[in-house]
Amino acid sequence: MSENLDLDRLIADHSVGVVVCCGSGGVGKTTTAAALGLRAAEAGRRVVVLTIDPARRLAQSLGLVELDNTPRPVAGIDASSGGRLDAMMLDMKRTFDEVVEAHATPEKAAQILANPFYQAVSSSFAGTQEYMAMEKLGQLRAQALREGTWDLIVVDTPPSRSALDFLDAPKRLGSFLDGRFIRLLTAPARAGGRAYLKVFSVGVDLAARTLSKVLGGQMLADVQTFVAALDTMFGGFRERADVTYALLKEPTTAFLVVAAPERDALREATYFIDRLAAESMPLAGLVVNRLARLAAPTLSGPRAGAAAEQLEEAPGAAGLTDALLRLHEDLAVTVSRQHAQVARFAANHPRVPTCMVPASATDIHDLDGLREVGTALGSR
Amino acid sequence: MPPTFDPRAVRLHVVTGKGGVGKTTVAAALALALARGGRRVLLAEVEGRQGISQTFDVPPLGTSEALLVQDSSGGELWGISVDAKAALLEYLQIFYKLGRAGSALEKVGAIDFATTIAPGVRDVLLIGKVYEAARRTDGPRRGQGRPVWDAVVLDAPPTGRVARFLGVNAEVADIAKVGPIRAQADSITALLTSPETAVHVVTLLEEMPVQETVDAVAELRDGGFGLGMAFVNLVRDPLLDEVSADLLTGTPAADLEPLIKEQLLSVGVKATAPMVRGLLREGFDHLARITLQEEMGAELTATGLPLVALPALVDGVEEGGIGVLAEVLAEAFEAFEGEVRR
Repeated sequence: MSENLDLDRLIADHSVGVVVCCGSGGVGKTTTAAALGLRAAEAGRRVVVLTIDPARRLAQSLGLVELDNTPRPVAGIDASSGGRLDAMMLDMKRTFDEVVEAHATPEKAAQILANPFYQAVSSSFAGTQEYMAMEKLGQLRAQALREGTWDLIVVDTPPSRSALDFLDAPKRLGSFLDGRFIRLLTAPARAGGRAYLKVFSVGVDLAARTLSKVLGGQMLADVQTFVAALDTMFGGFRERADVTYALLKEPTTAFLVVAAPERDALREATYFIDRLAAESMPLAGLVVNRLARLAAPTLSGPRAGAAAEQLEEAPGAAGLTDALLRLHEDLAVTVSRQHAQVARFAANHPRVPTCMVPASATDIHDLDGLREVGTALGSR
Repeated sequence: MPPTFDPRAVRLHVVTGKGGVGKTTVAAALALALARGGRRVLLAEVEGRQGISQTFDVPPLGTSEALLVQDSSGGELWGISVDAKAALLEYLQIFYKLGRAGSALEKVGAIDFATTIAPGVRDVLLIGKVYEAARRTDGPRRGQGRPVWDAVVLDAPPTGRVARFLGVNAEVADIAKVGPIRAQADSITALLTSPETAVHVVTLLEEMPVQETVDAVAELRDGGFGLGMAFVNLVRDPLLDEVSADLLTGTPAADLEPLIKEQLLSVGVKATAPMVRGLLREGFDHLARITLQEEMGAELTATGLPLVALPALVDGVEEGGIGVLAEVLAEAFEAFEGEVRR
């Protein structure tokens, strides 16, 4: 079995300034991020939690009712250790708009914001959410350093199509803006005429003509004005993406891979862990959420099953006891299957510290529920 | 409430659901159920996740159709992993006979641009390929002969994105006002909003998936898409009958504990006080879960979609679990067909 992951040690380590929770969809990333943030705050850290798409009631319990893209204090936390907890939910379009406004003159910004192509990219481009999550992380980090508001940033990551989209998105958007095709499309405007393009490449001309045939000419025209308008602020984009990417590699960052005790989720977790290693990103460990557990662990499943059968045959059948034994037998099967899944994972990743969080009977949507999860994440 | 759809008319089944609810598994089980009924079925995925190959334990699927299951009924199940890039090149080849220009496009990054960046185009290409399969016939010309596929099952993007994904028409409206992409989007929309298409939603009886299902159903309805069923995955049967449940909630623990301990001892279980308390705790947790399931079930019922409960497979999807789900789905469809006929 691999080493135990104790997140209290991570919380106590003040050199850790950023924790990134990643994992496939539906495994409880947001809950883990919120529970960790709360526990850290109540241990005296000054924490901001960036969530992507929290369940409605969880969002409400964190006071996330106003979607204004800025962190708000969470009410009801125990601040006696000197900590604080702020939370926010990412508004990707607004984050993108703010980047544009920060990097361009007011006239140019207005021009970009009105461009249909920009509007499509900023609200629906696959990867924009990931990119903006990283952008927001960069902003929060800068604010933390500048104003000393927070000493720990906990980030939830978008439920990505493929595991680590948020690592690739900045590069992808960067290579789009930097891409040869886009550069060449806009080249005439910059080089002063179409002749330049002709000389440069017949292939590009052919490509542009074909695409405008397929996509419609208006689209390419919009792209051209968009890219031309963005051109001046392009360096800024690239630079920020690079800074955030570098931040993720620093030892002050810790990645938590979150999974559920199911085959598919653990397979995704493997992919995350391998990818983080390949990028030299610091992995703190694996959190396995929603583990079924037995409240009466001294009674084995088969023994419970046998006892239930005996009770059924006995005169004056004891309905409740019988039913409880059947329930216990059933639960024991689930528990052993989940443990086998986790054990298989551990055997293949002996050096990944792991922490198990028991399933709660109902959904978690208040601070007490989060505290309970926090207890499982820590050592007490 | 009138039936939401007529299963006999549906040829394109779109399956969506929140991440982690078992969308791919259910799509696979549905496709298998249809194939077992003697049909030729194509199961398509569009997110490059190779979920189909993992589910059926076969080598990764390519961009051309591959046989997955040959059923004794004569039915066949084929799979494909639709790729936007391949679809665009194929599309250009078919409509423009672009041999050399295709590779020139590829070289300057125009294909990458169109398939990854240009908003909406990617989705039009992906769903366009599915549309083409649903419409393909075996005659000498397009539209002639019999349909090649009796049914196409699409493992679609998750609930959060599905309405946008299917709403290709609106998506390209802003950016491609004319041209073949636009025309293609129009024909796709016609199919998606016809009785030949049913969008099914997979969910769990948990807060977040149910909330997303309710939102997605409303969005899909607004978009005019034909809705199918709500597949409720991993439903836990109540293991405590009503009498037991009432006894558990209505009796003080101090009275229950000795009673249960005595009964356990009577069948030779070395019962201790913590063990008895533990068993009671498991009972209460189970009741809480069942109560939550009922609340969530009521919210789902309010969407008007017929609900199909899929059992939690104790051994997971391995070892023929897909076949078990397929059987449940086949029965549900049969029952629903009977209802529609009446």
